[in-house]
Amino acid sequence: MEHYNMNLTVKVWRQKNSKDKGGFVSYQVTDISSEMSFLEMIDVLNEKLIVEGGEPIAFDHDCREGICGQCSLYINGKPHGPWMANTTCQLHMRAFKDGDTIVVEPWRAGAFPVIKDLMVDRSAFDRIIQAGGYISVNTGNAVDGNSLPINKDHADASFAAAMCIGCGACVAACKNSSAMLFLSAKVSHLVLLPQGEPERKSRVLNMVAQMDKEGFGACTNTGACEATCPKEISISNIARLNKEYLFSSLTSDK
Amino acid sequence: MTWKQVFTSSVGKKLVMGFTGIFLILFLIIHAGLNACIWANDGGKMFNAGAHFMGANVVPRILEIGLFAGLILHIIQGLMLEFSNRSKRGIAYASDYGNRGSKWYSRSMGILGTLILLFLILHLSNFWFPNRSHQNFVLGEEIDLYATMKTTFSELWVVIVYVLGCLSLGYHLAHGFQSAFKTMGVHNKKYNQMLTSIGYGFSVIITLAFAMMPLSFYLGWLN
Repeated sequence: MEHYNMNLTVKVWRQKNSKDKGGFVSYQVTDISSEMSFLEMIDVLNEKLIVEGGEPIAFDHDCREGICGQCSLYINGKPHGPWMANTTCQLHMRAFKDGDTIVVEPWRAGAFPVIKDLMVDRSAFDRIIQAGGYISVNTGNAVDGNSLPINKDHADASFAAAMCIGCGACVAACKNSSAMLFLSAKVSHLVLLPQGEPERKSRVLNMVAQMDKEGFGACTNTGACEATCPKEISISNIARLNKEYLFSSLTSDK
Repeated sequence: MTWKQVFTSSVGKKLVMGFTGIFLILFLIIHAGLNACIWANDGGKMFNAGAHFMGANVVPRILEIGLFAGLILHIIQGLMLEFSNRSKRGIAYASDYGNRGSKWYSRSMGILGTLILLFLILHLSNFWFPNRSHQNFVLGEEIDLYATMKTTFSELWVVIVYVLGCLSLGYHLAHGFQSAFKTMGVHNKKYNQMLTSIGYGFSVIITLAFAMMPLSFYLGWLN
């Protein structure tokens, strides 16, 4: 694709801290290369702000390879921007054209309070994982990996669910701010494997209870989460979670 | 996990919506089937016989209590979920994801449901209430429901409201049918694809069948 430079208007949500009311501020950025990533464009803008003596825009990022789940940003009405199955760090400026206005917002959810500007507190996800997203492994010699027969389809589905990077785009896209796609991916990736069997019932019950406690909404199967997920986690995982929940709640001892 | 904890959790509440939804779908099939007797074109003889069976028999009347219980549960739970879900965002987005990620009717189940509820109040006051009060709410003699339909559907505004009510129901079902099965845990791809297709077909058939009833009377398609 041919390289080009562009001038853009970037409308960014600025918020000093979690108590601040916050609001949009428009910035002009010039000479942005179509080969830059979206975060590099913000880096350029931040350098300009620092030189001018202003406060740089705070945003989460880490690996910039699309695998860590740190970057977020709600760009022009879609989590992670306009491309499909893509994270913000892998979004490139060739997705935009000269003269465009880009609206950048933080994830919006009561369970993801804004820390500063475009950074939100996603520790609610960590607490959901702590509630049951693990397996028990006995100490001692490592078991031969091939000693456990695993159905290939289950292994594939488990791996597809394990692709979830916990970025929170599903919550950001959902009209109910529901974390069901995230939770269902975490439950599915363990429940489909024999290693996940011992905690099968307690896991789903405890993780759903924690999700509710964190203040996420309920799932209404609209499909917005699946459409925006950078790792293409299937919404069928939510149905699997529902099945696990129904089964576990009906058959649990307590 | 106590029963209370299960049914007050977000997934448990959805399960209640799904199960009552499927129950109401089954009712719609019976309702549409019985009402289709108006097209026997026998001056309402067959239709009134069907209505008599439903109204003067103790078994359907006991089931009617269950129907109202399911309906009320579906309405109250649905409204509570809608309000609770709406409160989870706090600050709204400046630019909306809109139809790029989901269907408008999937996002509008609360509004569509409320429209159906408003329609239902009119609908029950047109037919169910006059009939049951004539019976003193026991198994007494019923009114001529076919004749009631004829007079009710002679007014244009009633016909328009009924057709709009049926459309709301159709879109509600277009999402609700397949969503209910997902909520109950059907995750197999082949079943989900089949259920989605059946759901769309069912929504269209139910909408057309019910909308044709007031239209048939108003446009004089019946003798």
